[in-house]
Parts: sequence; structure tokens; C-alpha cells
Amino acid sequence: MIALIDYGSGNVASVANALTELEQEFKITSNEAEICRANKIIFPGVGEASYAIRQLHLLNLFTVLRIVKKPMLGICLGMQLMADFSKEGNVACLGIFPVTAEKFDEKKTKVPHMGWNDIQITKESKIFEGIKNGERFYFANSYYLPECPYTTSISNNEINFSASLEKDNFYGVQFHPEKSGDAGLKLLKNFIDL
Amino acid sequence: MLCKRIIPCLDIKDGRVVKGTNFVNLVDAGSPVELASRYSKEGADELIFLDITASAEKRKTLISLVKDVARAIRIPFTVGGGISEINDIEALLKAGADKVSLNSSIVKNPSLISEAAKRFGSQAVVAAIDVKNNGHEYKVFIKGGREETELTGLDWCKRAADLGAGEILLTSMDKDGTKDGYDNYFLKQVASSVSIPVIASGGAGKKEDFLDAFKLADVDACLAASLFHFNILPIAELKNYLNENGISIRN
Repeated sequence: MIALIDYGSGNVASVANALTELEQEFKITSNEAEICRANKIIFPGVGEASYAIRQLHLLNLFTVLRIVKKPMLGICLGMQLMADFSKEGNVACLGIFPVTAEKFDEKKTKVPHMGWNDIQITKESKIFEGIKNGERFYFANSYYLPECPYTTSISNNEINFSASLEKDNFYGVQFHPEKSGDAGLKLLKNFIDL
Repeated sequence: MLCKRIIPCLDIKDGRVVKGTNFVNLVDAGSPVELASRYSKEGADELIFLDITASAEKRKTLISLVKDVARAIRIPFTVGGGISEINDIEALLKAGADKVSLNSSIVKNPSLISEAAKRFGSQAVVAAIDVKNNGHEYKVFIKGGREETELTGLDWCKRAADLGAGEILLTSMDKDGTKDGYDNYFLKQVASSVSIPVIASGGAGKKEDFLDAFKLADVDACLAASLFHFNILPIAELKNYLNENGISIRN
């Protein structure tokens, strides 16, 4: 069973629709015990980082998300919340990926970075099986995680940034697989099949 | 590299897609869910639904429409039309919309932009701005083009961006329905004055019009309605043309 985390910040309905299309059983939950029992965890998110972290604390989910052992996929803001720190509201995050979420430079590029962008796969990852290098995914982000040793693919918006990261059982994608057509569904399926 | 976007717009009235010229003479153009699925398959980058229903049942039917569309397609979509409260925005985003488009309500209450951006993120907030050239300046109109405001177009675009809008959907009322090209002059002014993406709307009649808006006005996305609804210009053909002409596009 997949736990789809609902913490009042996000695109839960869109991810749920994609999982339904993939004929997967899932539970929308904010319950610690249910998250621990799940085989896979999806941690979606759109919105503002400090508000989202506050929600995680209020729901008592902050600690459990740091220590789960099952594969967990953070999407967009969910991924950024897995970093050490976010400059969006200057908030301490889950501390899984050792980087800080930075804002794109409005003087150099349009912010938010909005639309379909290609990714360059920089490290082999099971979540990219059957997905071609250079595939395009849908992004909608004003902040980004810089490249780091856990980066598995990059995209470019004046500067290179992490399009995906992976560390042990933790996976993160900056783009929205649930909104990225067939390639996005394929990536979600790859995660579910891990 | 970030692709330029092609966005079909679906005007919704009483649960059906309609299309008119200069906001009048509405004709039925089909079922929203069916059209949305078709556009998604044909390669649309995202969709915009603008609800022009006036009935009291509007809110309920719009949410049920958003749920149906979200189940049917795997590309992002925006919903607009008479949205004036944070609670409405929350309900639409929860139902599966990715963004909301705000128009008359933000002219009356500009702080709605900042409140919504703070709560849901700028990426979820589209400022829809309708402008008309009165001979010497562009004025902002609200209520579907029926009411002129004191605001001038460029100032209002800049202010909306400063308040935290994530995108500007700029419609030229002079060009809407004419099919003789986007208002590239004004679009360029806006696109070069704000640091958020700008969507061109009003006037698309042929594929060259899209190329011009991307090249001359440097907009980030182009919107069109009847060209796509009545299959005058297939999306795939348009995208191939843009690609051959050096525009970074997803096809």
C-alpha cells in the first residue's frame, strides 16, 4: 500500500488521480502509524515552504518522515522540504539532502520557472528506467535545490539545478510527474515498482 | 531549456464549452472533459478554463467540473471566472486545479493576490488582465470586458507581479476574436517590464501569429480558443511549425 501524505499543502488530488490511472492502491493520510505501515510513501507539495513545515510539525509528521525506511518520493515542494534548509520563509527542513533551497534570480530569469523543461540524467537511477535522457517534464518552482552529490538529474533555468535527487530510500523530483503526461506516469510507476 | 507553451482556453458556460467574438455571440463548442482530453492527447502544454456562468449554482458545478477534468488529464490546468475568495481558491486547488486565474476580484481587492500567493505559492496565482487601447493608452477592463477601470495596463501588470502573482494572462480586447494576430507591441512592453511569465491572449488566427508573439514580444506562452476548438489549426501542426522556426517547444 502507498501512503500519500496529506498535510494541507498541495496537489494531493492530482497525485491521487495519477495513482488511480496506474491502478494502484493508496491511502491519503496524515497518520504516523499508517505512514510507517506503508510500503511506499509519496510526499507531494505545492505552496510555501515555511507554511508547509509548520503543517508537518502541527500534524506531528516532521520526525517520522526523517526516519522512515521505506522508499519515499518527494514531489516539488515535497522534495525541497527534504533539504536541510529553505530560504523560502527561512525554515529548517527535514535534513535529508544536505543542501539549501535557493530562489532563482529574478534579474536573470523569469520566476516562477514555469512550464516544460528537459532533464539531463547525471546518475543512473531506477526511477528513470525506460525514460529517455532529455525527456521533458512539467515544472512550477520559484526555488530550487542546487546540484549536490545526491543529484541524479539536472535541469537548467539560467543556472543548473537538481531536477531529481536520491539518497538511500529517499527520492525527490523537482518537477510534477503527476502533471507530466506519459513520461511522468512512467516515473511514478518506476517508483512504485522499486 | 524551458519550452514556450501553447495553451488552449476553454470558456465554460453552464458546464459546456462556448466561444464568442468580443465576449458575445456564444456558440456551443463541446464538452469540457472531452475537449480537455483531446487537447492533452494532441500535445497542449496546459489548459485554461474560464467559467462565465452567472448562476448561483456556479461554485458547485465548477468544482465538479474541475474534479472531472483532473481525473481525465495529466497536464496542468488553470481555472478562472468570478473567483473572489481564498476559500474558493482552496476548494478549486483541492479539487485538482493547478492554478487559479483572478481578474475582477484583484482589481477590487489587490491584496487577494498576496494572500493567495502566500498561502498557495505564486505558481498557483495567475493575474488575468483584460486591456483595451483607447487611442493613447491601454486601460484595464473588468467583469468580462463590460466595465472600464481607472487602471492603465502596464502599471497594473507591474503591480500584480509585485504583489506575488506567478503569471500574467494578458488579453487584448481589441484583438480578441479578430484573428489578425496578438497585440505584440503591448505584450512586449509587459513581458520586458515584469520578471514573471506572460501569456499572450486575443487575436491568434494562424500559426505565424504564434511565432510572432514568441519572437517579437518574447512572451512565455500563447493562448487560443476557437482555432483549436474548431480544429482550424491542429496543435501538432502548430508545434511542428514553431519547432522548425527555432522556438523551443515540447513536441
